[in-house]
Amino acid sequence: MRSETTAIQNHHIPAEAPWSGLVRQGQVIRIVDSEGQQAVDTIFYRADDFAERYSAQDTLRVQGSAYIGVGTQVISNEGNVMLTVVADSCGRHDTMAGACSCESNTVRFGHDTRYLHACRDNFLLEVTKHGMGKRDIVPNINFFMNVPIQASGEMTIVDGLSKPGDHVELRAEVDVLCVISNCPQVNNPCNGFNPTPIQVLIWEAGE
Amino acid sequence: MSRTPAQIAADRARYEEHQRKGLDFAPQALPEASPLPATPIAAPIHEETIPGGWYWWTKLPKGEALRVQQSAGSPSVALVAWSAADPSERLNLPDTVKVQWNTRVQKGRVLFSDMGRVLLSIIEDSTGGAHDALMGGSTAASNAARYAGATRNTRDNLVLVAGKLGLTRRDIPMALSLFAPVRVEADGRLGWKPDLLHGSDYVDLRAEMDLFVGLSNCPHPLDPKPDYAPAAVTVTRYRPPDTAADLCRTATAEAIRGFENNVLAEV
Repeated sequence: MRSETTAIQNHHIPAEAPWSGLVRQGQVIRIVDSEGQQAVDTIFYRADDFAERYSAQDTLRVQGSAYIGVGTQVISNEGNVMLTVVADSCGRHDTMAGACSCESNTVRFGHDTRYLHACRDNFLLEVTKHGMGKRDIVPNINFFMNVPIQASGEMTIVDGLSKPGDHVELRAEVDVLCVISNCPQVNNPCNGFNPTPIQVLIWEAGE
Repeated sequence: MSRTPAQIAADRARYEEHQRKGLDFAPQALPEASPLPATPIAAPIHEETIPGGWYWWTKLPKGEALRVQQSAGSPSVALVAWSAADPSERLNLPDTVKVQWNTRVQKGRVLFSDMGRVLLSIIEDSTGGAHDALMGGSTAASNAARYAGATRNTRDNLVLVAGKLGLTRRDIPMALSLFAPVRVEADGRLGWKPDLLHGSDYVDLRAEMDLFVGLSNCPHPLDPKPDYAPAAVTVTRYRPPDTAADLCRTATAEAIRGFENNVLAEV
């Protein structure tokens, strides 16, 4: 396993906070669920053309299956491979449940949950720094979020499988902007009802 | 933020109560599949025949409905929608399936925007929910891997729809593929269940705000037919009877709250 000491970037992202950064072609980004059961909502944009971005539907179509794991090719809306999942100590990541928002919380959990910090507010604050807006916030990957889908169609967020220190690693196949919301949701089990910090590390190609 | 065990326990109990209602009680309130053949529409506002492989878009004012009617050999039909007043508000399938606790879109369910409001209600559906909210439509690459020669695909069709509305590829949401019987197998694979379709199925969707709706009439990437030969599909705009108390509005707590958000947006 890659050593933290050789990483060229090492970010400690507080509970509930957003983050964004560039990952160059060949570099590897590791997302660490430091305390376990913490959903990490993530969108990727092509660094030299933000209109090309992560596409959940293209990713599912190319792999023919519903969940993200080792070997998953992260596919863009232009059908190009953006990143490849090269390591995963957790085994289950979602890309169909989207990101929480103040508005969807009202529908899902009641109007009294509107005024709680939510992922899409994180995303909006973060993509605005890069000249983007709400229309650029596309359905995302939820690392460490466990959302089994039954043959009947039943779909529910259940307790995450990740233990403290579990991680996922992706190799960038093109230069990408990675935008993260360290999910602040407390109305469902995606964060064990207790949002916690995460860590993001980046290594140079070949490390 | 560090939360106390009591807070965590209270939130978990609250979630599990929502979950019980969403998974166990709500599906029992949903209506049966619509009968076949479809009851003819008495007073169409507009009828369009979309050739196989092609796209079409329309405005759909609040209260109007769109019937999408297959003919023999019709493929799946991919659907996207935007608020006409503010196209940055658009179909959001992850919210749609998450808040309704089910990926199966069927009569009695609704389609949500990214702003917690209801865009469209499924007021008729002869398939009982044989649609694909997960995988979306075809692309140039997925067609090239399947078929010889030049073929039209859904991704390019939706770029054209968006472009003619003054929008761009940044604005194309995840598409709902009607008449695409995709189900998630136990191992996570996405399977195609042709027995769920009847060959002449239809779906009626009612606009719950003024919309632009885009459609692409192309074979789904999982459609097993070896040749690219999509037949036409007929789309009819009409005004359904005003049924303020229909099941789309009342079947689930989530739909009720979504419609409350619609009302609030019009104040």
